[in-house]
Amino acid sequence: MSHNQETGPSGTRTVVIDLVVAAIIFALGALVGWDSYRIGASWGSDGPQSGYFPFYIGMITCVCGAVVFVQSLRKLGTDKSVFVTPEQFKQVLVILAPSTVYVLGVQLIGIYVSSAVFIALFMRFAGHYTWLRSVVVGVAISVCSFVMFEIWFKIPLPKGPLENLLGY
Amino acid sequence: MEELNALFHGFAVVLTPYNMVLMFIGITLGVIIGVLPGLGGANGVAILLPLTFTMSPTSAIIMLSCIYWGALFGGAITSILFNIPGEPWSVATTFDGYPMAQQGRAGEALTGAFTSSFVGALVAVLMFTFLAPLVAKFALQFGPPEFFSVYLLTFCSFVGTGKGNPFKIVASMMLGFGMAAVGIDIVTGQLRLTFGLTELLSGFHFLVAVIGLFGIGEILLSMEEGLSFSGHSAKINPKIVLETWKKLPTYWATSIRSCIIGCWMGIIPGGATPASFMSYGVARKVSKDGDKFGTGQLEGVVAPETAAHAAGTSALLPMITLGIPGSPTAAVLLGGLLIWGLQPGPLLFVEQKDFVWGLIASMYLGNIAGLIVVLTMVPLFAAILRVPFPIIAPVIVVICAIGAFTVKNNMLDVWLMMVFGVVGYAFKKLDYPLAPMVLALVLGDSAESSFRQSMLISQGDLSVFFSNWLVGGITSLALFALLWPLVSALLTRLKPPPKTGGAAA
Repeated sequence: MSHNQETGPSGTRTVVIDLVVAAIIFALGALVGWDSYRIGASWGSDGPQSGYFPFYIGMITCVCGAVVFVQSLRKLGTDKSVFVTPEQFKQVLVILAPSTVYVLGVQLIGIYVSSAVFIALFMRFAGHYTWLRSVVVGVAISVCSFVMFEIWFKIPLPKGPLENLLGY
Repeated sequence: MEELNALFHGFAVVLTPYNMVLMFIGITLGVIIGVLPGLGGANGVAILLPLTFTMSPTSAIIMLSCIYWGALFGGAITSILFNIPGEPWSVATTFDGYPMAQQGRAGEALTGAFTSSFVGALVAVLMFTFLAPLVAKFALQFGPPEFFSVYLLTFCSFVGTGKGNPFKIVASMMLGFGMAAVGIDIVTGQLRLTFGLTELLSGFHFLVAVIGLFGIGEILLSMEEGLSFSGHSAKINPKIVLETWKKLPTYWATSIRSCIIGCWMGIIPGGATPASFMSYGVARKVSKDGDKFGTGQLEGVVAPETAAHAAGTSALLPMITLGIPGSPTAAVLLGGLLIWGLQPGPLLFVEQKDFVWGLIASMYLGNIAGLIVVLTMVPLFAAILRVPFPIIAPVIVVICAIGAFTVKNNMLDVWLMMVFGVVGYAFKKLDYPLAPMVLALVLGDSAESSFRQSMLISQGDLSVFFSNWLVGGITSLALFALLWPLVSALLTRLKPPPKTGGAAA
């Protein structure tokens, strides 16, 4: 990760994230191994049981997680590279947070209205476009995808009150 | 000349007006996907896969494989004009392509890149045409132990050819296998790793993972760099094209070398990305202008592009003949085959002649169509790139959400896509490779069932994987690839380092 090797101590260090991710991988491996053991990871009357293969997958996952964890521990003192600077993290949140709200919107009021609102608001507030341009682009893309999926390809996407009102 | 007859039959299948239109739509969509950040070959094909469910499998694979060719071509445009590799395999193209654009030779660089892509693909398709039926015929004799050893080789090669930390490669792979195991066990009907959640009954769909890991993850990464990028304008006119074509034959040796590297790296699952780097490195070492590489040498564009395209094409060979894809995009195409009701593997050549030879014929025609489309429409595609990121970013999120939803018409998948997006972002920053995870997720069930069948045959004795010369050879090769990082580390420690410079490639 040479591109974020900054001397300033701002931001979370890569090694710390590496440690956390390795621990999560170890835990996931343990989970897979444990559940496979629960349903039987040995030789049944008719051959290998259901947990036979995943059990070893879980074990290998654990080993890899543990090794990466130890490797990162040894670099803890020396490696000062930064995983993400506060400015970068802010930029990531600029798209991540609205996208999450958008997915919630898709679930509640359907995909077409949410998409139009999402694109328009993002253009307005992250891209500083005029309201007119933002709304036109948002609505246009939404209408295009409606025509393409609902009418042309007949693939149903999540719909909400507005589409019901229009009779779809 | 059985193959030639079959191939001409394939051309007859492809050369219907409907399929030709699909081909051009596919190429154009593919180039757009290759040009846009956050959309790549793998998740582009994944998102568009549901659109093909109503088509016949042959038309569907023609369109999807053309999207793939288009994406391979498109990656070069962003590399050369914007110094942003649209695809991982075009990173090496930026080394000499972008300096050329800075010197005002963008047209020359683009023509060189497209033409050598075309040459690479053509050589790979020729190899495909004659080698694939042989491999398929050979593979018809494979039993479960042989298949498992090929799977083993596939996954071990990731460790052998990968550049990063081998433990991270294996960890990513094992997470993929773990996710593949979620849901109903196809042999015993037992529920695995569902923890009482009915939503997990059908397991994780790899298309959702691909869209999240590559699509959303890539958008998050691009956002880090801020909301703007700038690039050079491109002019391509027939004069530049002809002049460049006159120069290209002087690089015939580089071309041939790159084709060989590309074909080899594509068949073993190294994939297009290492192939392009390796080819660039070899060209730099062998060429008499080697010292000038990196300053805008046409040869430095020819080498990686030829190899990337040759590898991208030959990655389909193990996918079609053995059912084992050599790259994430090939894995998505394999998933498509399963959804269309085709069983990939050697029998495809016996039972689905129309499909297989239609696909091979479409490889020839698709690449010719691709060359025409990219050469004539470069200004248009460069204009797409100039659409500001604040518009592109939310639109790509919307496209990804639609893609994830249509996989199973399930809202949970859209949420999973977001989770995979964050995972993809973190993994990319921590150098965990994503390709092994995707391949493991796709192949997990087949690998497991061939392992279990082998174990049943041998009553739990692992020596079945060494029971004859064929399976023993493949298994040994796999173990060698797995241990290669260890061996090469030992070798470099024993030998005094001669001078570092990509020698390990």
